[in-house]
Amino acid sequence: MQATAQAIPHSDVHAAPHEEAGFWSTYVFSTDHKVIGIQYGITALFFLLFGFSLMMIMRWQIAHPGEAVPVLGPLLAALFGDVAAKGIVSPDLYNSFGAMHGTIMVFLGIVPLAFAAFGNYVVPLQIGAPDMAFPRVNMASYQAYVVGGVIMFTSFFIPGGPAQAGWTSYSPLATSIPTDGQTFWIIGMVFLITSSLLGAVNFIATIIQLRAPGLTWMRLPFFVWAQFVTAFLLLLAFPPLEAAAVMQLMDKVAHTSFFLPTGLAIGGNLAHVSGGGSPLLWQHLFWFLAHPEVYVLILPAMGIVAEIIANNTRKPIWGYKSLVYSVLTIGFLSFIVWAHHMYLTGMGIRIATFFQTTTMIISIPSVIVLTCMFISLWGGSIRFNTPMLFVMAFLPMFGIGGLTGLPLGLSYSDIHLHDTYYVIAHFHYIVAPGTIFALFAGIYYWFPKITGRMMNEFWGRVHFWLSLIFMNLIFQPMFAQGMAGMLRRMADGGANYSQARVENAVGGLSAGIMRLHTYILWAAVGLALAQIPFIINLFWSIHHGKPAGSDNPWEATTLEWQTPTPPPHGNFLTPPEVHRGPYEYSVPGHARDFTPQNQPD
Amino acid sequence: MDIPYTVEPRPDTGLYNAKVGIWLFLASEVMLFGALFSSYILLRVGAPEGYWPRGWLNVPIGTVNTLVLITSSITTVMAWASCKMNQFGRFKVFHAATLLLALTFVCIKSYEYHDKFTHYEITLRDGRIADGHLVANDPKADHVVISGRYVQDRKDLFDLEVRPAPRHHEELSIPRSQIEKMERYGPWHHTYLAIYFTLTGLHALHVIGGAIVIGFLWGPGSKLWETDPERFTNRIEISGLFWHFVDLVWIFLFPVLYLI
Amino acid sequence: MTAQDHESLNEHVRRYLYVFYALLFGTLVTVGASYIPFGNHAINIAVALFIACGKAFLVAAFFMHLISERKMIYGLLAFTACFFLGLMFLTLSAYGDFPRLTVTR
Repeated sequence: MQATAQAIPHSDVHAAPHEEAGFWSTYVFSTDHKVIGIQYGITALFFLLFGFSLMMIMRWQIAHPGEAVPVLGPLLAALFGDVAAKGIVSPDLYNSFGAMHGTIMVFLGIVPLAFAAFGNYVVPLQIGAPDMAFPRVNMASYQAYVVGGVIMFTSFFIPGGPAQAGWTSYSPLATSIPTDGQTFWIIGMVFLITSSLLGAVNFIATIIQLRAPGLTWMRLPFFVWAQFVTAFLLLLAFPPLEAAAVMQLMDKVAHTSFFLPTGLAIGGNLAHVSGGGSPLLWQHLFWFLAHPEVYVLILPAMGIVAEIIANNTRKPIWGYKSLVYSVLTIGFLSFIVWAHHMYLTGMGIRIATFFQTTTMIISIPSVIVLTCMFISLWGGSIRFNTPMLFVMAFLPMFGIGGLTGLPLGLSYSDIHLHDTYYVIAHFHYIVAPGTIFALFAGIYYWFPKITGRMMNEFWGRVHFWLSLIFMNLIFQPMFAQGMAGMLRRMADGGANYSQARVENAVGGLSAGIMRLHTYILWAAVGLALAQIPFIINLFWSIHHGKPAGSDNPWEATTLEWQTPTPPPHGNFLTPPEVHRGPYEYSVPGHARDFTPQNQPD
Repeated sequence: MDIPYTVEPRPDTGLYNAKVGIWLFLASEVMLFGALFSSYILLRVGAPEGYWPRGWLNVPIGTVNTLVLITSSITTVMAWASCKMNQFGRFKVFHAATLLLALTFVCIKSYEYHDKFTHYEITLRDGRIADGHLVANDPKADHVVISGRYVQDRKDLFDLEVRPAPRHHEELSIPRSQIEKMERYGPWHHTYLAIYFTLTGLHALHVIGGAIVIGFLWGPGSKLWETDPERFTNRIEISGLFWHFVDLVWIFLFPVLYLI
Repeated sequence: MTAQDHESLNEHVRRYLYVFYALLFGTLVTVGASYIPFGNHAINIAVALFIACGKAFLVAAFFMHLISERKMIYGLLAFTACFFLGLMFLTLSAYGDFPRLTVTR
């Protein structure tokens, strides 16, 4: 039955009495999964905002090459010195911002938010557990994340600046750039990888061992399945990158030649290294992680989408079993597709065909997942609240992102599209109006469980519509730019290759294509402004939002809604027992249109 | 609510939490060392014919180290068995033995590293190459003295199984003016040494980490035996699993780096 | 602990000792075999790795109790083995089309 919303004295919840913990143990050095989840969430949101700001400055430079950045110009010049002289973004600064934008968004923003923040808060609640299996390891994983984040952040302020070799840090460029920023990047990555590994071990052990009685595998909410597979991807795919990072660090610091070939010349001079290494080795090890990493970015989002669709259509998710098998298949296949990022490295036809085949195959379970979500809408009694709006937009946006990946997965068409703006548009469609929309939805959805208050619905809708419109205005033109041949990572936005520079050059970028940069910049500004209502809404609603009214304001079936609000230490007053599946909505013959999982028969 | 299954196993999986946790962690370690091993294979296969070293490492010392780790493996499993049989005294003995063997391994490894760091390859201006261990490198003197040999073809330094170095080392006094390049056998010297130092260095860090855990459980951690012996025994099992994995990695490292 | 538990543990201890002796023997055989000239060096590599796999199996199966472990752990390790082999062999085959290095320092 529904728990009350009153505060429960601690002694009722614990077998042994414990003293009141001080500020530091409760909020900073906590081992409680809910506190750790919120810590991850707030830190990740900060990094997302920071990474976004880096991109805004880059977008200015692309649209107005050589012009000083307005408003922020003097600040940049003061902070970065000669690479931002007179407030103009130099190519070096552009490259640093580009590398750090990617790194921060992926490793400091999305993964901690989607996997660690939502996973930590929700998964133990959804499986009926009192906490994660290893609470102290949990705390350690957050602390490792913070250390990694601090290292990445401080790399901006050391002489020479931060890493400049892209989030992919390819050798020999990464090794030969004479800045310690690249070394900071590697060391930061080692901490972030450690954090993810500790988290992955915790999640898998928790989901295997701490499911409440009656909660069989096929009664798990899809969100838990998604996090389970995500954790496996992190567990098994990150260590090769850790090994590679150690080797690249050795290359930089101990002057080894793991990734430096014989006869390497830098700036016209023969490099004083032993040679014998292979730049391709770095690429293989990097992409062995980085491909499963992109599934790490999307799977938790798919999990959130499933929860919110079931709840707001008042019917079970269509094809639960297909969803589970698909997500397991995606997890397995994601380990054997990585070299589709390396089609242009001169691999032979047979091995390229192997990777192309597995890449095409992995699109099947992804389509199955999306199709199940779409079909779930059919015949539903849809409630169009803010979380549902974001989730419904996720579906076509992820569809566009996924489908535009197909020409990239086929090696023949990838020859034309590799490293162009088309790739940028493809993956941003998946992560930005894809994953991030699902994460926004999750924040609006689980906010009342965390705080007992609802976020403001009107400003939620403003946030949604503006974000949707501007996201599309930013990334849609990039498909055209990419197909026209505009390459990635060009500090002048391709001006060097435009027809304005060399008239009637074959394949030169037309004025129309170049002008799109200006529209994209305005759309980016619009997107930035659209986040302001969200940020204000988020913090204001903590204390001034409309009270949720009950522990289960969305009338949901899953276990996290059957706890007091906010859930106390230990989560459940009595250990829950699960009697049914996770989406028993609108069951014929029942008085209410939902039946919680732990309600006795 | 306390976290269940920390000591007693969960009925359907038959496992307690920490056991799941350590096997997951070991799986990730398999991928970590696996990536390094596959890098080794790639670097070796990609090396030009005749320029991949063999015989640069001392096999007897490596064999001793292997035996040390294997012995530490049996002592650690005996330590756990002693806990299971409620023989705390014998546990203490076996566990201390494991710790000492671990430290012995690290000492022997340090000696091996030292040996590499005092081994120099000196290219002379006349094209000859001097190769040997440093005897004297007084900055004030105009000579560098090494104990080794001269070779004409650099290839002779590599496959020492096929073309072994002479047993007897001469003391060679090399005028500084003749030296074009002088380099130690550090990781920068050749990718073989790079992967050797990285693989064995990472392994040694795991040995040290394991030794710290073993030491903690032998010392302050052993107090848990008095209040919750089953939980303590589980901790010994978990740390033992990690230790066996460290031994497992070395079982592959030894032939790959020293023998083949 | 019952007398039966003690019995079975003594069994186990005996088994550990046999494994220990096997490992010692295996080490010496590995070293010895590496000096046997088989003609083709690839055979030496194969022999060394084969013995190493045997020793690894003994450590994993008996010292790490894998031989009597649960299905869950077997499943996890099977997946890990798959991906480890995938990493090694797919990376190697991607190199298969490059010419061998002929230039040296």
